[in-house]
Amino acid sequence: MNLIEAGKLAYEYIIRDEEDNVTEILRALDGVDLQVGQGDFVAILGHNGSGKSTLARHLNALLTAEEGTLWIDGKDAMDAGNAWDIRKSTGMVFQNPDNQIVAGVVEEDVAFGPENLGIPPIEILKRVAKSLHAVGMSEYRRHSPNRLSGGQKQRVAIAGVMAMEPKCIVLDEPTAMLDPSGRKEVLDAAERLNREKGVTVILITHYMEEAVRAGRVFVMDQGKVVMQGTPREVFSQVEELRGYRLDVPPMARLAHELRKEGLRLPEGILTRQELVEALCRLS
Amino acid sequence: MSIILNKVYYSYEEKTAFEAQALKNVSLTIEDGEFVGIIGHTGSGKSTLAQLLNGLLCATSGGVYYNGRDIYESDYDKKELRGKVGLVFQYPEHQLFGTTVFEDVCYGPQNLGYSQKETQLRAFGALRSVGLPETCWYHSPFALSGGQKRLAAIAGVLAMGPEVLVLDEPAAGLDPKGRDEIFGLIGKIKEESNRTVILISHSMEDVADHVGRIVVMDHGSVLLDGAPGEVFLRYKELERAGLAAPEAVYLMRDLRERGFLVNEKATTLAEAKASILEAFS
Amino acid sequence: MATLLYLLSLFLFRNAAGVAAATLWLFFLVRLSKVPFRYMVRGLRAIVMILALTAAFHLFLTPGETLVVIGKLTVTKEGAQNAFFLSIRLIYLILGSSVLTLTTTPNQLADGMEKALRPLQKLHVPVHEISMMMSIALRFIPILIEEMDKIRKAQLARGADFESGNLWKRVKAMVPLLIPLFVSAFRRANDLALAMEARCYRGGAGRTKMRPLRYRKADHAAYLVTAAYFAAAILLR
Repeated sequence: MNLIEAGKLAYEYIIRDEEDNVTEILRALDGVDLQVGQGDFVAILGHNGSGKSTLARHLNALLTAEEGTLWIDGKDAMDAGNAWDIRKSTGMVFQNPDNQIVAGVVEEDVAFGPENLGIPPIEILKRVAKSLHAVGMSEYRRHSPNRLSGGQKQRVAIAGVMAMEPKCIVLDEPTAMLDPSGRKEVLDAAERLNREKGVTVILITHYMEEAVRAGRVFVMDQGKVVMQGTPREVFSQVEELRGYRLDVPPMARLAHELRKEGLRLPEGILTRQELVEALCRLS
Repeated sequence: MSIILNKVYYSYEEKTAFEAQALKNVSLTIEDGEFVGIIGHTGSGKSTLAQLLNGLLCATSGGVYYNGRDIYESDYDKKELRGKVGLVFQYPEHQLFGTTVFEDVCYGPQNLGYSQKETQLRAFGALRSVGLPETCWYHSPFALSGGQKRLAAIAGVLAMGPEVLVLDEPAAGLDPKGRDEIFGLIGKIKEESNRTVILISHSMEDVADHVGRIVVMDHGSVLLDGAPGEVFLRYKELERAGLAAPEAVYLMRDLRERGFLVNEKATTLAEAKASILEAFS
Repeated sequence: MATLLYLLSLFLFRNAAGVAAATLWLFFLVRLSKVPFRYMVRGLRAIVMILALTAAFHLFLTPGETLVVIGKLTVTKEGAQNAFFLSIRLIYLILGSSVLTLTTTPNQLADGMEKALRPLQKLHVPVHEISMMMSIALRFIPILIEEMDKIRKAQLARGADFESGNLWKRVKAMVPLLIPLFVSAFRRANDLALAMEARCYRGGAGRTKMRPLRYRKADHAAYLVTAAYFAAAILLR
């Protein structure tokens, strides 16, 4: 069985005005089907408001769907009583680095999760050291998070999740508030955890360059999964992606436009090297 | 009309243990009607520079001249300067406070001492120029969507009628479409009013297509200054400053190395496309 | 070291007559904490102005037996006394609390408090929750101060004026600062609550600690010594 198995998942936000009358019902998830296997690296793409963050919150049992089925690590996520166990299996990193660090010292923050799980102190110390090492933040363990850069804070947040030893880690737009070097730091850390520790990574983002690193990409729009496949398959659909308010990597876009002008380039070009090679073969 | 920075230095927490030099010997002239991008990675001094332009920060040494006048003269009206050099901060939606969007937009012109009528006319004009639908003008700004909040905040600065518009990372946190929309809007505002517009960003790709001039900041100094095409050709220096030229520049380089006669000065995707089509057909 | 020792030492400045005892005590604490003395004195520099001002106020404005007259200002005996004790008290307060903040992280402080108040739990006082709130507050104060500064600058850029006008005008000028600040604090609180929940937080029950505070002999001794000092201070009053 897959680690995450979602079928026809639906969730609605009910918006009320001041007199408590329902003014609008937003169907944030509208029949989502999703399968993620153990050890996968998956990216979920979508514009703001496409429902991708709502989906993320279901994977961590912070929200419980109204319709459909959702199994996470063999546990039924439709039963709110399983929430605590599910959160042990799937950790979550949020967008704003400042608002998810609880403690005033890096290592104390990383210890927060395992402390909640009731792990014995000696084991916590071990896990904290290991997790900080895994994200390359060991030398900052005694620092205050306030003096760290955005990328460093996010790596601390990842370590905080890793110390709970989950099977899967969901990153909900972890780089949206970072500069390019911070973005790279965070993605490298996530990729390494996936490759070296076999942790399942679900990356929620609207940056195409980041999604390219994943093994599989899901595209969401209006609460539905509208496209899925390898990055190559998804990013060759330039027009379709544009329709979903998304971009394509610049070289894929250029290759697409050159093809439209009559150059006989193959489909699925993503990187500069690929485009150069393809152009060389043309002449 | 112009902004001139002459040998500007700026240090944070001067004369304490935490002293940090944010700007070192920056000299820069920005002419009226220019569209300038100031690029640098975090800590390069670009945001400090923005706050010097409207007098929010005072240079530790050196001079800033607006339209020929020294803004550090004791009788210079700083408030008036802030009305003329409108600064839109990063995540400007975090400054919204009014009970309605309209009231919030009126805050700027009110502070500058305009009459009620003039204030309202300016607010209407600003809201219209950012394209916020009329239906939400009298709603609470907190009920708007993320993108709309940002437009309302930009309108709040535009309503002061600035001659120069400075925007610090206007697209931060937006999705690709939202980013294109906001840059489209800035381009439109620039065209309609022919104001001076200064974009501050860490992303070359975002800014390259829009501006006429790029100033690259590194460690508090101006590293490069020129037209995008010229600046991007010096990608080796950019890389040393933790930045990169747009992909198109590298593509042109790679193709030339393989012996194709493509235009080495192409920096945008459109230019690259034209050049490749010419070379390959 | 025993966190609680420092915590309790903060209360010691209630009495003024036992200056000598307080001095000895502080000296003892500083030695114990192994914080370089010079480092602590540097912390004092920041408050020199406030110190001088309050001292001057007391010096000149306390009515009583006249000692010296300088122009229109009269120094009274009571005033001199007040000024002296007040300065000493302020200095010791700063030194004492810097011993605390230099040796103890906010979380340790909260843990220490939680442990000390543990007996109250039997009376259904939510001790864990209180200390958790305290450590979160300590973590977010610098963030909110920074945020306040950003908002202030953003409103200044929109022509705001926080410095001129009468009191009422100034209070009104604060509205554009405070509303965004509260909105942001609420947003952060929401985010943080969600993040804590996602990391399996569900209150104090069943929680362990990475470095549990276990009272060693030294800590029990510290309690005793502190109690003795307290008694002495009250007697010497």
